[in-house]
Amino acid sequence: MENSVIVIGGGIAGITAAATMSGNGLKVTLIERNNKLGGHVSEWSRLFPDRRKASEVIDYLEAGLGETKIISGCSVNGIINHDNSFTVLTDTAGSITAEALLIATGFDLFRAAIKEEYGYGIYNNVITSAEFEEMLDSRAGVLTANGRVPKRIGVIHCVGSRDEKVGNLYCSKVCCVTGVKQAIELKEMYPDSEVYCFYMDLRMFDRHFEELYYEAQQKWGVSFIRGRLSECAENADGSIVVKTEDTLTGKPLKMSVDLLILLVGIVPSPGTGRIAGMLGLKTGEDGFINSVDAHTMDNSSGIPGVFLAGALKGPASVNSVIADARAAAVQAMAWLSTNKTVNA
Amino acid sequence: MLDFGYTISIDRQIDLDRGDMRYIEFVKAIDPSLDICIGCGSCTATCTAGNFTDFNIRRLHTSIRRGDTKSLKQEIRKCMFCGKCQLVCPRGVNLRNVILSLNQAIERLG
Repeated sequence: MENSVIVIGGGIAGITAAATMSGNGLKVTLIERNNKLGGHVSEWSRLFPDRRKASEVIDYLEAGLGETKIISGCSVNGIINHDNSFTVLTDTAGSITAEALLIATGFDLFRAAIKEEYGYGIYNNVITSAEFEEMLDSRAGVLTANGRVPKRIGVIHCVGSRDEKVGNLYCSKVCCVTGVKQAIELKEMYPDSEVYCFYMDLRMFDRHFEELYYEAQQKWGVSFIRGRLSECAENADGSIVVKTEDTLTGKPLKMSVDLLILLVGIVPSPGTGRIAGMLGLKTGEDGFINSVDAHTMDNSSGIPGVFLAGALKGPASVNSVIADARAAAVQAMAWLSTNKTVNA
Repeated sequence: MLDFGYTISIDRQIDLDRGDMRYIEFVKAIDPSLDICIGCGSCTATCTAGNFTDFNIRRLHTSIRRGDTKSLKQEIRKCMFCGKCQLVCPRGVNLRNVILSLNQAIERLG
């Protein structure tokens, strides 16, 4: 039991935290709901901004797990806080007790069908950014619903983000650059196609992002139209009519596209909500978990011995999740090695 | 014409399925730098002509890129070729050359 930690969630945050702690001699148990580790990142083809293969990143992180005891295909049914230790009750692995908990239950993608006026689930040629990633890795590649090469593609930013009508006021942070990345991937695949991104702002906040946007315009001729999609309709041939305002000319604009990609935002995962409920963790109005102090104690939950890592605290890129998970692991280790006094 | 007591409003909508892309294609063949515009409006803010007339250089070149060329000939005459737009552009768009090329496009295409 001594120096033992249970990590809940086996996405990149959970893997990274588990690897850091087990590499430093702690007894780590990693619980994952799915049968394999990697979370959402394992469903992605390539990562922004350098188009690194997502699977390579997961492989690298997993290789560090060392002595970590991995329990996959396992759900958490309850957590008992004994003050000096925690018992996690599971459906397939019985109850597990450890001195500390590290929560890394992550996010989910916004369900595009909620935004009904965008036609997802109604029109066959409206797909999500996640489905686009799947298509990239599929044998058939990126095609329209009737198996044709798309000549004109629309990419819609902020689907489920910055939108009070779906209850999400916040920016999902990673979609802008994902849209630029996917636009470039489309142009590489189909150099004769026209790609249009519809955006409100392009939030190219991190290193190399603005350069990627520049490359999309200058090298690939991707067009950017500033205006939020209002609604879609379907033409008789299955192509999609999009209607926006071109806010830079101040005129309503419509056009047909063969394929429409919705850049779906980030929402707290159901698992994050459930674990927060079991432990009594504080969540914000957006449903993400609040740490004790976002500046100085961002991995502390407010419950001594319970630490937070990754996108359960809000939208985050792969790079920042990995850094955050290492910070959470170090904080948990400091707490254990100082006889549970530091960084509670 | 027979007066039925009503008129039909002209559609203001930009229809990218029917845009007139001849002018922008002509310009891009000479100077493709307009591709990297980020719509910031620096060019319009500094524009000498725009400070005294309703000329809006950013809106004009954005409209041309959308295939909306209705006002092109009338608007482009307001430019005084001072080149300040090009000096302030944060992306380095060669806007003066774009205007010159648009004038050539008008000569060629009518």
